Amino acid sequence: MKRSLVLLACVAALGMSACTKQHAPQIVQVAEADTGGSRRGDFGPPIGEPIRAVLTSPPHVPPPTNRTHPARVIVELEVTEVDMEIAEGVTYTFWTFGGTVPGSFIRVRQGDTVEFHLKNHPDSKMPHNIDLHGVTGPGGGAASTFTAPGHKSTFTFKALNQGLYVYHCATAPVGMHVANGMYGLILVEPPQGLPPVDREFYVMQGDFYTVGKYREKGHQPFDMQKAIDEHPTYVVFNGAETALTGPKALKAKTNETIRMYVGNGGPNLVSSFHVIGEIFDKVQYEGGTRFQENVQTTLIPAGGAAIVEFHTEVPGNYVLVDHSIFRAFNKGALAMLEVDGPEVPEIFTGKLQDEVYIGDKVASLASVATAVQASAQGNLTVAQQIEAGSALYKGTCSVCHQDDGAGLPNVFPPLAKSDYLMSNPQRAIEVVLNGLSGPVTVNGSTYNSVMPPMSQLNDDEIANILTYAMNNWGNKGPAITAEQVAKVRATTKRAEGAAH
Amino acid sequence: MRTDALRLMAASLLLIGSTTDAAGTRAIADAPLQITIPAGELASVLPPAPGVKTVRVAAFRLDHTPVTNEQFSRFVAEHPEWRRDRVAGVFADGSYLSHWRSATEIEPHQRNQPVVYVSWFAANAYCESRGARLPTWHEWEYVAAASATEQDGRNDDEWRQTILGWYSKSARHSLPEVGKTPVNYYGVRDLHGVIWEWVDDVNAMLVSSDNREQSSPDALRFCGPGALTMEEKENYATLMRIAMLSSMQANYTSKTMGFRCASDFGTHGRNKP
Ligand code: HEC
Ligand SMILES: [Cu+2]
Repeated sequence: MKRSLVLLACVAALGMSACTKQHAPQIVQVAEADTGGSRRGDFGPPIGEPIRAVLTSPPHVPPPTNRTHPARVIVELEVTEVDMEIAEGVTYTFWTFGGTVPGSFIRVRQGDTVEFHLKNHPDSKMPHNIDLHGVTGPGGGAASTFTAPGHKSTFTFKALNQGLYVYHCATAPVGMHVANGMYGLILVEPPQGLPPVDREFYVMQGDFYTVGKYREKGHQPFDMQKAIDEHPTYVVFNGAETALTGPKALKAKTNETIRMYVGNGGPNLVSSFHVIGEIFDKVQYEGGTRFQENVQTTLIPAGGAAIVEFHTEVPGNYVLVDHSIFRAFNKGALAMLEVDGPEVPEIFTGKLQDEVYIGDKVASLASVATAVQASAQGNLTVAQQIEAGSALYKGTCSVCHQDDGAGLPNVFPPLAKSDYLMSNPQRAIEVVLNGLSGPVTVNGSTYNSVMPPMSQLNDDEIANILTYAMNNWGNKGPAITAEQVAKVRATTKRAEGAAH
Repeated sequence: MRTDALRLMAASLLLIGSTTDAAGTRAIADAPLQITIPAGELASVLPPAPGVKTVRVAAFRLDHTPVTNEQFSRFVAEHPEWRRDRVAGVFADGSYLSHWRSATEIEPHQRNQPVVYVSWFAANAYCESRGARLPTWHEWEYVAAASATEQDGRNDDEWRQTILGWYSKSARHSLPEVGKTPVNYYGVRDLHGVIWEWVDDVNAMLVSSDNREQSSPDALRFCGPGALTMEEKENYATLMRIAMLSSMQANYTSKTMGFRCASDFGTHGRNKP
């Protein structure tokens, strides 16, 4: 029905002017994809009994509303002023929506009528209110919810626009209320809901200003001057340096689709949100309706949000950071996602060795992974060993002995056609494990220098490297096995730390 | 306008009080000492009108400490209509004096702590019973602008940070006793770092409850939206006072809201000097 109308519009446009011929269909398409914003967000009066909203503390997200009709949703949020740790051994008086920083996550459906109750705990020292960016109406509810300690305010709004919205306190001085942690997120689901995913998380960045220095122990009061100067002492996710690390790290499994609702409370900084080792398959930037794909880092403004999605393939630790990177390593903007599951070396091998970085000489190490796997399964071929050895040689030995194994005259002896190497495989293993110093004669030339021990390499690696060296550059020799290396390693004594 | 109405309500209640209680005008023996504050000018955070930078404050007298639980309990004993179990809801909310042991008794450790959980009406009645009144906002602000050494210490970063320190502590901690903070320039104590304090014209201080709201300039005077009338924006400590006061209705009470009384210069109230 609608489509035919659109078609009609196209035809009309075509008929009117030849110049607009190419552009007309595109314009129509955009118009169709438009959600209509608040003009199309009212689905009529709430249906059925009022529903009490499920509120969750970070990093948890309430379940989808799973509703197909508008409802009256009751949200009860309590403001408390509480002393909590911002870093190990450092406490701070946070002003909170629901006892946590960020505040409780609120989830409603577009078109819902939200009956909002804001309670200010009797122990509060301050009056507070709430401005929800998802509200259409003056102040976002701030004036209607201005609440003295020990009192409660109520107001109602219809969630006309879908999206992910920040809410925050807007009581004078606003900056201080926000700086003390008074912000959170409200998700207004599109009428059809969001596509299902395996896991959802709630993460929100904030900057904090304390009188004491970063990690200075004890109770730290708010520093107004630092806040005005925009010089935060802490930049953290979910209100504390340790909120999402160690035992409190976010947890997921491989082969899962993860959705994160990421907000930025500010008060001052803009976040360059990035997950080290992941690429966002989808980013609903600014918490809006459209998405961008294949994103490394997304900018989240203060008082803004984004919905990011990615699929986990490789197990391990993924680090959430503000990629304004000093904030991550010197102010606390670090969180951890632990992904559990079997290794997938064809996608990622994990760390294979600690190597000297030599630019373009670092080869693809996929062959090494293959060899490791084959060796573990007991069906390692010489060809696989050579291939893996080749990759390992580059970056381990080639710095000195050169890519072509020719060495450097008078400095590094050659491995290519080296009588020293080829005549005694056992001795070659010893050289790699223990290093070599003092005069040594190779192909008639004498070298008197030092080769450091390479014992940080494991038995497999040394076996592969030597097999490669002894079957390359015109060398023709035996394959070296990991067992041979192991035997030599067991019988040689070496000073602690000799590898470095 | 609203303040006048409140005062009318308060006055009528006092009338009822005096008919039911003959002792209603008797002096309270141990009311706080009053300090004479000389007249002067103040660059107020809340200027009285658009374009007016300073406020002239006439000489007046101000209690040198907030009113304590013990002092207030004597008042309640003499004016039983202000007992928490007798007071009308329009004059005090459900938390009024809820921290006391009973409607007439305080806990021993509360004797010298400032009285809190008192409504504006109750504070007003107490001061009137002493022949005094609540200070106006500008009077309060004028005296509170003083540091220990300066008449106006508001530009002293260190002093300001000390004041802000109080706001960084949660109200869960128990209140200190009155008179323990250093005297300020005028010889007054506890204006900062102890409690919020009621002022006489609280209901005229219609600071917008949404700090960022802006209205047309002619509405400023009366609607006084925060962002535009707050002259010294970096003077956050004062800003918070104003926000707190404007969140309170005259019958509201709070765990950290108390008061002290003032008198016009030349009148002494009924306390001993
Ligand atoms: C930092 C430079 C350096 C690196 C890296 C290095 N070597 Fe050497 N290598 C030397 C030097 C120098 C000598 C000669 C030592 C001497 O003069 O006693 C030598 C000697 C040797 C010898 C005996 C002489 C010859 O040419 O046959 C062998 C075999 C050898 N290296 C193998 C390796 C292998 C395999 C690796 C990688 C795992 C490696 N080296 C990494 C510097 C290096
Ligand atoms: Cu607040």
